[in-house]
Amino acid sequence: MPLKPMLAAGVGLLVAGLIAFALVNVPPGDAQAEYGDVVINNYSDDAGMRPVVFPHWFHRIRFRCNVCHAELGFEFKAGSNDINMLKIFDGEFCGACHNNEIAWGVENCVLCHSGMPGMRTRVHHSTSDRLVAPPTAGRQ
Amino acid sequence: MTDIKRLTLLAVTVLLTGAAALVTAGMAVTGLAGTKRPDLQAPPVQIAQAETTKPRAKKPSAANTFNRLMKKPASAPHAAPADDGIHDPENSGTHLLQWPSEAFQSFPGTNDGNRVDWVKALTEGLIAPRYELEDPESEAFTMDLVIVREVKGSMPDVVYPHQQHTEWLDCTNCHDEIFVPAKGENQISMAAILLGQKCGVCHGKVAFPVTDCRRCHSKPKTIEQLRALANRSAWPAKSEAAKKQ
Repeated sequence: MPLKPMLAAGVGLLVAGLIAFALVNVPPGDAQAEYGDVVINNYSDDAGMRPVVFPHWFHRIRFRCNVCHAELGFEFKAGSNDINMLKIFDGEFCGACHNNEIAWGVENCVLCHSGMPGMRTRVHHSTSDRLVAPPTAGRQ
Repeated sequence: MTDIKRLTLLAVTVLLTGAAALVTAGMAVTGLAGTKRPDLQAPPVQIAQAETTKPRAKKPSAANTFNRLMKKPASAPHAAPADDGIHDPENSGTHLLQWPSEAFQSFPGTNDGNRVDWVKALTEGLIAPRYELEDPESEAFTMDLVIVREVKGSMPDVVYPHQQHTEWLDCTNCHDEIFVPAKGENQISMAAILLGQKCGVCHGKVAFPVTDCRRCHSKPKTIEQLRALANRSAWPAKSEAAKKQ
């Protein structure tokens, strides 16, 4: 068998292998976040806590929009609700349910404060999030 | 050893290296895909995850999702919280959270958003979300009124059903702050919606995204309307000018 085609085939295989390896080694971004996942980082980073990840999908299986957005008074805009832990202790915002009666209580910090440090407040995969260039990371 | 033999040996070595690289890549595919696909990864803690099989939602066709300004949706939907890129895998609580792939198993699918048809899931009784916080028996205060909004151009008109919206929301969520409940009083544009105003307060954030055009623009124009549109354009005037010449 002629040597040149064999060499070419060998090099081709090597390159194919390298390309395949590079393709599966792409570092994961936030592309895998669920549609409507809200990151809330109004005060978390400054307080040395991980930002909060609020999964809309999980909550809408259990409650209709009405409960949080009419009864509890959550505004329809990420970051426009001035939520802090004192208000939650007092039963406002998340505290209306996260009180160990309906959902886990406030002592389970890591269940809500579970986001990557430094993420900005935003709704993942929202139209504005996809069309508008993101500002610098951190608090918005 | 002759030169030819030496060259043959070299070629065989290169071939073997190539094959080895392919095998490694193959192993990487299976191994690394496991970190991305919830169905292939063993759960980090002992919660019932055995049923998390392949994501059932269909992949959106490339033609319908293409927009040079928009990022492509994730190819494999419903990653485990630890792999979704926003939860911190270093955080112990991350591993206790429910996986979307587990929650969505029996839900009717769509091509975008959460890949879940939430309205269908609700009307089919697959989910029973509370309408009021304190009262599990409370039923939604619904209204069956359909609004048809005529839109410019040849785009089908928008059909807005109050029924499906009032199943989830309260009247005060939209009226009067976002929409004035009077005909002709609301100036709505796709630009406003894309910026998160009007319908865009929910659609494109949590409710189905604006890429699903025909779910709102669902009443096609009549042939008369389309003819009137064609007559209004500069086309016939031009042709008459051409006739004169």
